[in-house]
Amino acid sequence: MNTSVATHDAEALVPVHVTVNGAPYGASVPARRLLSDFLRHDLRLTGTHVGCEHGVCGACTILLDGEPVRSCLMFAVQAVGHEVTTVEGCGTIESMGPVQQAFTECHGLQCGFCTPGFITTITAFLKENPAPTQDEAREAISGNLCRCTGYQNIVKSVLRAAEIAGEQAGKTR
Amino acid sequence: MKPAPFVHHAPRTLDEAVAVLAEVGHDGKVLAGGQSLIPMLSMRLAAPAHLVDINGVAGLDSLTVDGGYVRVGATVRHRGVERSEEGYAVLPLLRQALLNVAHPAIRNRGTTVGSIAHADAAGEMPSIAVLTDAVIEVRGPQGSREIAAGEFFTGPLETELAADELVTAVRFGRFAPGTRTGFVESARRSGDYAMAGVGVALTAAEGTVTAARASFVSVTDVPDVLDLTPVLAGASAGDIASRSDDLVTAVREHVAPEGDIHATADYRRMLAAELTRRLVAEVMSR
Ligand SMILES: Cc1cc2nc3c(=O)[nH]c(=O)nc-3n(C[C@H](O)[C@H](O)[C@H](O)COP(=O)(O)OP(=O)(O)OC[C@H]3O[C@@H](n4cnc5c(N)ncnc54)[C@H](O)[C@@H]3O)c2cc1C
Ligand code: FES
Ligand code: FES
Repeated sequence: MNTSVATHDAEALVPVHVTVNGAPYGASVPARRLLSDFLRHDLRLTGTHVGCEHGVCGACTILLDGEPVRSCLMFAVQAVGHEVTTVEGCGTIESMGPVQQAFTECHGLQCGFCTPGFITTITAFLKENPAPTQDEAREAISGNLCRCTGYQNIVKSVLRAAEIAGEQAGKTR
Repeated sequence: MKPAPFVHHAPRTLDEAVAVLAEVGHDGKVLAGGQSLIPMLSMRLAAPAHLVDINGVAGLDSLTVDGGYVRVGATVRHRGVERSEEGYAVLPLLRQALLNVAHPAIRNRGTTVGSIAHADAAGEMPSIAVLTDAVIEVRGPQGSREIAAGEFFTGPLETELAADELVTAVRFGRFAPGTRTGFVESARRSGDYAMAGVGVALTAAEGTVTAARASFVSVTDVPDVLDLTPVLAGASAGDIASRSDDLVTAVREHVAPEGDIHATADYRRMLAAELTRRLVAEVMSR
């Protein structure tokens, strides 16, 4: 190494190009930009919510290459080369995904603050376990906090989402 | 809050990573899964000027079974270790313990080696490292060295590692044939840090115990092994209950918990002993 790494500028802007919900996005941000803030502030994808910012509440959960991770516990620069899926990528108002559909049917949300994190978490969980028991559904959401619902209807939503996904898979077969 | 500004280094090779770390020294921190470090940065409990991100370093992302060990590279996620069928076949204790580490979303990013380098007494994997007589593989400006897990941990969040050194892998030791293992903990909520936890390894021949050891989570400053052989040797599944009093006494004397808002020290001591009693009975009955 010829140039001293110790003299690099900590506030320098770094170009970050990532695929979010299948589309290319880019912005130049400082290295300390959290992925959660990058999505919300730089890319204006405000579906991802930020609650605790230290990994505990789960509101900011996104899918990184299909696996749920906390977007508040990653830097935007670390997402380069990865596929990010946010709640916006889990369906639209016109064409909701199975988990979103189940949440509306089962009254799985009240204020909705926690919901984006539940939708992404449950979407990934059902890929791994398409027909969960009630206990498994409860365990699957244990890393997401909700201050409103008392969780009962979210557990119902998980089970209902599994049914809807199963019906849809049956139809397309 | 947001992390303070830092320079992000993304070395591609181990040599590069070690060179950057040597240059930035105490101003630098290794960034692995970030699941402990990033919260500390966001809360401004730490504000290093440089982060040496090892996620892109070639050659650190594999889990291999080699001889008497399961070797886990520095960028293998908790989830990768948990899901490894190869690892589970020879050392089921890894998965048994990992299922208690946080939630899947945290395990998808957090690394098993990172949690050992972090050396939290409430972490499951430091405890598993000592229980399996693991070897910590370290690389620094002076080259490579190996540290036995029993000597690696020096205090809460403190290890033998120097600021310019990197853990490249941890080799978890496999147990003698005839050894059965188990892990159990009690937390306020599934996935939370445990109020107390315990892992055991019981070796038996012809149905009676020949060797037994345990290590604990959240009830000792530094993870260390409690040799239960004197208490359990010769016991069989049928008469293990007759050893309960001695077993409980041994655990109560070994642990040194501190109280906090989740549980008093007394309660944690009671919990550690009772969890051990139940786990030993359960493992013996399999
Ligand atoms: C909500 C939440 C709940 C959690 N619950 C638990 C739990 O129940 N049990 C548990 O054990 N853990 C828990 N964790 C922590 C998690 O397991 C972390 O992944 C782990 O402690 C650290 O691993 P990491 O790869 O994320 O390391 P990082 O956060 O990247 O680093 C942690 C520290 O270790 C150092 N470090 C990391 N890797 C290396 C290396 N290869 N060489 C030298 N130094 C290194 C870093 O410099 C830093 O100081 C939880 C985390 C969160 C956010
Ligand atoms: S905001 Fe990320 S887990 Fe709470
Ligand atoms: S619906 Fe309000 S926090 Fe969950």
